[in-house]
Formats: sequence, structure tokens, C-alpha cells
Amino acid sequence: MPPLVSHLWLIPALPLMAAALGALTPRSGRAFAAGTALLALAGSLVLSIAALSVALRSPGQHLYANFSWFELGAGTVRLGWLLDPLTAFLAVMVCFVGLLIFIFSLGYMREDANFARFFCFLSLFAAAMLGVLVANSLLLLFICWELVGLASYLLIGFWFHKPEAAAAAKKAFITTRIGDLGFLLGMLWLYDASGTLLFFDGGRGCLEAGALQGLAGATVGGLAVSTVIGLLIFCGAVGKSGQFPLHVWLPDAMEGPTPVSALIHAATMVAAGVFLIARVYPLVGADQALAAVPLHALTVVAFIGAITALLGAVIAVAQHDLKRVLAFSTISQLGYMMLALGVGSWTAAIFHLLTHAFFKALLFLGAGSVIASAHHEQDIRRLGGLGSRMRVTFATFAIGMMALSGVPFVFSGFWSKEAILHAASEWDVSRLPLLAGLGAVVLTAFYMTRLLCEVFLGRPRSEPAAHAHENPLVMTVPLCLLAAGAIGLGFLGTPAGPWLQSALSGSPVEPHSILDKGGLLGLSILLVALGLGSGWALYGRRPRSEAEAPDPLERAYPRLFGFLAARLKIDEFYAATFGRLARGLGALAVGLDQSVWGGGVGLVAGLGELAGRVNRRSDEGGLNAGFNAASERLRGVGAAYGRRQTGEAHGYLRTLAVAFLVLALIAILGGGR
Amino acid sequence: MNVLQGCLVLSSLLFAIGLTAALARSNAILVLLGIEVMLNAASMNFIAFWRYGPQPEAATGVIFVLFGIAIAAAEAAVGLALVIALYRHQRSIRLQDATRLKG
Repeated sequence: MPPLVSHLWLIPALPLMAAALGALTPRSGRAFAAGTALLALAGSLVLSIAALSVALRSPGQHLYANFSWFELGAGTVRLGWLLDPLTAFLAVMVCFVGLLIFIFSLGYMREDANFARFFCFLSLFAAAMLGVLVANSLLLLFICWELVGLASYLLIGFWFHKPEAAAAAKKAFITTRIGDLGFLLGMLWLYDASGTLLFFDGGRGCLEAGALQGLAGATVGGLAVSTVIGLLIFCGAVGKSGQFPLHVWLPDAMEGPTPVSALIHAATMVAAGVFLIARVYPLVGADQALAAVPLHALTVVAFIGAITALLGAVIAVAQHDLKRVLAFSTISQLGYMMLALGVGSWTAAIFHLLTHAFFKALLFLGAGSVIASAHHEQDIRRLGGLGSRMRVTFATFAIGMMALSGVPFVFSGFWSKEAILHAASEWDVSRLPLLAGLGAVVLTAFYMTRLLCEVFLGRPRSEPAAHAHENPLVMTVPLCLLAAGAIGLGFLGTPAGPWLQSALSGSPVEPHSILDKGGLLGLSILLVALGLGSGWALYGRRPRSEAEAPDPLERAYPRLFGFLAARLKIDEFYAATFGRLARGLGALAVGLDQSVWGGGVGLVAGLGELAGRVNRRSDEGGLNAGFNAASERLRGVGAAYGRRQTGEAHGYLRTLAVAFLVLALIAILGGGR
Repeated sequence: MNVLQGCLVLSSLLFAIGLTAALARSNAILVLLGIEVMLNAASMNFIAFWRYGPQPEAATGVIFVLFGIAIAAAEAAVGLALVIALYRHQRSIRLQDATRLKG
């Protein structure tokens, strides 16, 4: 086993140390905090690249190093580090994209008073995510998973003096917690059923054949145990990756600083959910071989993904906030990834995760660049005309937009989306996910064209937009590097040369000609063209002239557009059902407390009072005289003792010490037993 | 001298140091510190007698010490809160000044 594997913990430990140092840095230590954060992540990047080369040299193997954490009764809790291509590819991606986001933040946050604290939190975020990646134990993964949640809470609420930011942070934390409850239950059940939480442990791990057979063999309520555990763990991924119905936190998370949005949406947090399912894929897919069970876990994953992909894309069409459009596009793209996982092609999901990380980070940092120079104006109706003033941002944002839309052949998003659609077309359970995916293709191209035209074309529609100018190099260079990735990364996994898929799965994947499923390919190119064309026709040909003018779609279908702009009223629905339910239960509890319990307690208290009155009568009449005399004596004794109480603590201590010595002497000289 | 004796000597030293600190210092926080040191000396005795005693298998000593540590933590919390209250009251934490509770 290469020595790197047992030192894999260094990858998350370096940013963690940077976070610890950053936490101890005073506010004035801006350069120190940022410097340690950047250095630590760069170190992790180097280690991750070394780990990737090790992983690629032993294809199809899971290298791991386990150790025991502590002993509890008869059992031992063991944790470990795991290195396989999945871990290594994602670690390199997280470190690289993270590093670029850190560099961008140097420029974006330069005027913030809490610059040092920001970098401390960023490092913690990166460390937690890297910990999720290298964990060889579901328990360790869960610990880091919760740390990711904590860091996201801290960062979304970074500007906590804004009430919306504080509320958004709370919403993100609580919503993901609902999913995590399922994850925790699944983990406990898995431990109960298989006796271990280690993924790989020389044949005894919970992802290895022995345990999987037992899990898929047992049934509970007609379902295989592995199905139920898989679905419970999937709950955690639904929360973290913003899948329907727990996607509501993701758009609100836009209240955080823009680099944080980039980090959440590209490299960390939402990627964690997809990674989790890819990691426990053997477990979630263990029931695939069973024909008799009514439900396969992966079927649920595929349908949730398909719903999310379509839902996110539909809502994104009607958003006016620059970052919210991108947030809903993230939800939609994550839906694609879950869809790919569900239809059985986890390599396509990870391929899309990697390409998406690059172009989504690019889009968010581009949005950050716009926001920074337009004095925090985020409403696309009030922007406009920035293309001529911010050429680098415009060019790179356009590259990101085309990658996300899936413009054919050159851009990475095209290839990874093709891989997913190809996998969905080969799924024999249902055609619906494929149709949802194709529908989302049109919508994605449409809303991204709308976004680009509204922000960069036409003329400025507000004061800040008119005075916007290009940002310094510290912000534009990361954009250019990410743009290069958004183009180049796609060629790692084209159908003709699926190097990435082979490296991930550890066995060579047969290349096939892109004309193999020519009909599907042609259809999706046609759909992209349709989306781009209709977007251009509505928003590009005659750009919006003033900020107050209604959206072309809003003019045509005001009710529908309003419904979409209100995000399908899902938040309101939750408030009206679960929120009202909770409030109703609260009111019921108060009513019960006040009338039923309060009445009972009042009755008992009344009886007590009555008894007290009787008691007092007899006391005052009869008993007092004797007690008074005794009390006088006691007072005299008390006064005598009171004179000895000097109030000097040292005096008491000294008495104690002397008494202790005397007792000790008696014990020693008296011979004891 | 075997290990047990070494431990006992060390803990006696710790106890004596703690006692001296508690008796000689007038700063309330330092007196609290001294008391903590004495507690730790006692904990050390428990551990030593458990580890080198006749029955090291049963984790009795560790349990005692865990309780001791928990109580010490609670004591420190209450003690420091008292010191703060004292300081608010009379702008000083000299123990000699805090004599108003006398009888």
C-alpha cells in the first residue's frame, strides 16, 4: 500500500489547521489569515494530485488505511481513509476550484471588516468537504458531512446583521437537518444490520459483497433492507444536494457573499450529496438484482432527480435575481446528476459533477464580478449593457453560460449532459426521466440566454450599472482559468474516448461513436438550439429598455409567470402546512396547559392553601410559645458561633488544612487497621 | 522506588503545591487554581491506586476520576461566576476584602 494512503488525512487536515489559525487571528491579521488559507489549500491540491496519480496507477482498487478510534464495551469504533479514483478526482476538483474561489475572494471581500473570519470559515468549509471525500467510514463521512452543514450555516449567515441572511442560514441548516435525520437513521440501521460502518475492510466492510448479500437478502415490509437503508441515506443527499422536496434552502442561501455561493454550488455542499450516493452506490444498488421487490432504491433516486431537474429549470425561467437564476439552475443540474445515479450510470453523474463544478463556479464568480462592480445590484432588470464595460467577465460568463446550456461539441456541459441523457435512454424502467431531462435541456438554454441578454446586452438601466467597470486581475484571472476548465474538461469523457469513465469505474468502458445514438444526440442539439433561439428572440433581439418594463413572458402569461416567479409557492405551501401544523400543535399545547393542567394545579394549590390556614391558626394559638423559648436559646448559641466567623476565607482554609493534618496524623499514628 | 510510589510522591507534591497556593495567595482566582491542583492530586491517587492496585481490570479508578473531573469543572464554573459577581460588587477580588458574609 503506498504510504500516501495512510497519510490521506493530511488533505483535509491542512485547511482545518488553516481554519484553526484563522480563528485565532485578530481582525487586523488579514494578510496572515488569507495567506494561510491559500497556502493550506494549495498544499491540499498538491497532495490530491499525488493521490490521483496513485489512484490511477491501481485501477479498480480501493486503497484504504483503517485505524481504531476508541473502544466502547466489547466493540471497537474504527475509522479509516479511502483512496480510489472517485475520491481523488473530486478532491482535485474541490481543491482546484476552491483555490480559485479563495483567490477571487481576495478581491471580492477586500473591503469587508471581517475578512480574516471569512477565510477561516472558507477553510473550514473546504476541510469538511475534503473530509467527506477521504472518509472510509460512514460515521466519519457523517461527521464531516455535519461540519459541511455547520460551515455553510456560518458562511450563508456571514452578513448576519442582515435579517434575511440570518434567516437564510437558519433555513439552510434546518432544512438539511431534516434530510440528515434520515441519513442518521439509515446509518444506525446499517450498523445494526451489518455490524460495521467501514466501507472497505478486507471483505468485511459494508460496501463489500458479504455484507451486501445479507442486506439485500433480508426483507422488511416487503422491501429489501438495503432498499430501506439506501433510501434513508438518500434522504441526507436530498437535503444536502437541494433535491425536491427539500430544495427550498438553496435559493435562499444566495444571501451569503457570492464566493460562498460559488463554493456551495460548485465545489462543496451540494456536491456532497451526489458524492454520498456515488460512494454508497453498491449499497443503494444492491437490490437491483432482486426481481420480486416492488421498489428499487435507485428508481426513487431517478424520479426525484428527474422531478428536480425539470422543477429547477421551470422556476429559473421566471426569476429576476441574478444569483437566484443560477441557484435554480444548480438545483436543476443536481437533478440531472441524481437522475444519472438513479438510471445506473454513476460515472456519468460524477462526470457531470466535475464539469458542472467548473462552469457553475465560473458563472457564480462572474455574477460576483458583476455584483461587485455594480455596487451589489443583483436584479437583472436593473442591470444591462455590461458587455462593453466588462469584457473579460462578459466573455467568461458567456463561456460558462454555453457550457451550462450544453452548446454542442466545444463545451464540457454538452458532453457530460450527453452522457446522462444517453444513460437515461437506456434505462428500461420508465421513459419519464429521459423526457424530463430533455425538457430541462430546452429550458436551461432558454433561461441562460435570458440571463446573459438581460445582464450584458442593451443599455444600463440603473445608476450603478452605468458606472460598472472591469474588476482587477485577482478577480478576472480565476474566471479565465475556470473558463478554460469549462471548455477543456469535457474532452476527458467524450463517447469516443471515455477516459474519465474508465478511470472512475476501474474497468475500460467501451468507446462508442457519437453517431451511435445519433437520434438522441440530434434531438438534444435541436432542443439546445430551440432554447437559445427562443431566448434570443424574446430577450436578445430587442433588449429591455427600462427596468420597470414587464418581462415578455410576463406580458403573455401574467398568472403563470407570477406563479413561477413565486417559486411555485412551495415555500408558502410548507408554511401553510408544516408551519401551520407546528403552530397549531403549539397552540393546542398552550390551551391544554392553561385550562386542563392549570385547573388541576390550581385545585391542588387551593387545597394546600386551605390546609395552610388551618395550620397557621393552630400554630399561632398553641405551639408558638415553646418554640419561641427554644429559638432564643438557639440564637444565643448562634451568636457565639457567629463571632468565630470572621469572613476571612484564608482563615477557614487554614483551619481546614490544620484539621486535615491532625486527622492524617491520627490515622498514621493510630496505626489504622 | 516503584511506579506507584512515584505517583504518590508526585501527587503529594501536587497537593502540597495546591495547598500552599490556596493558603498563600490573596487573589480569588489563584486560590481557585490551587484548589483545582489539589483536586487533581486526589485524582492522580485514584488513578495510581487503580492502575497498580490489585484489580486493574475493573475501571473503578477511571470512573471516580471522571466524576471528579466533571465536578471540578462544575466547581470552576460556579467559582468563576462567584468571582465575577464579587468583582462587580466591590471592584476587587482580594479574598481578604470579601468578609461581608461574616456572622
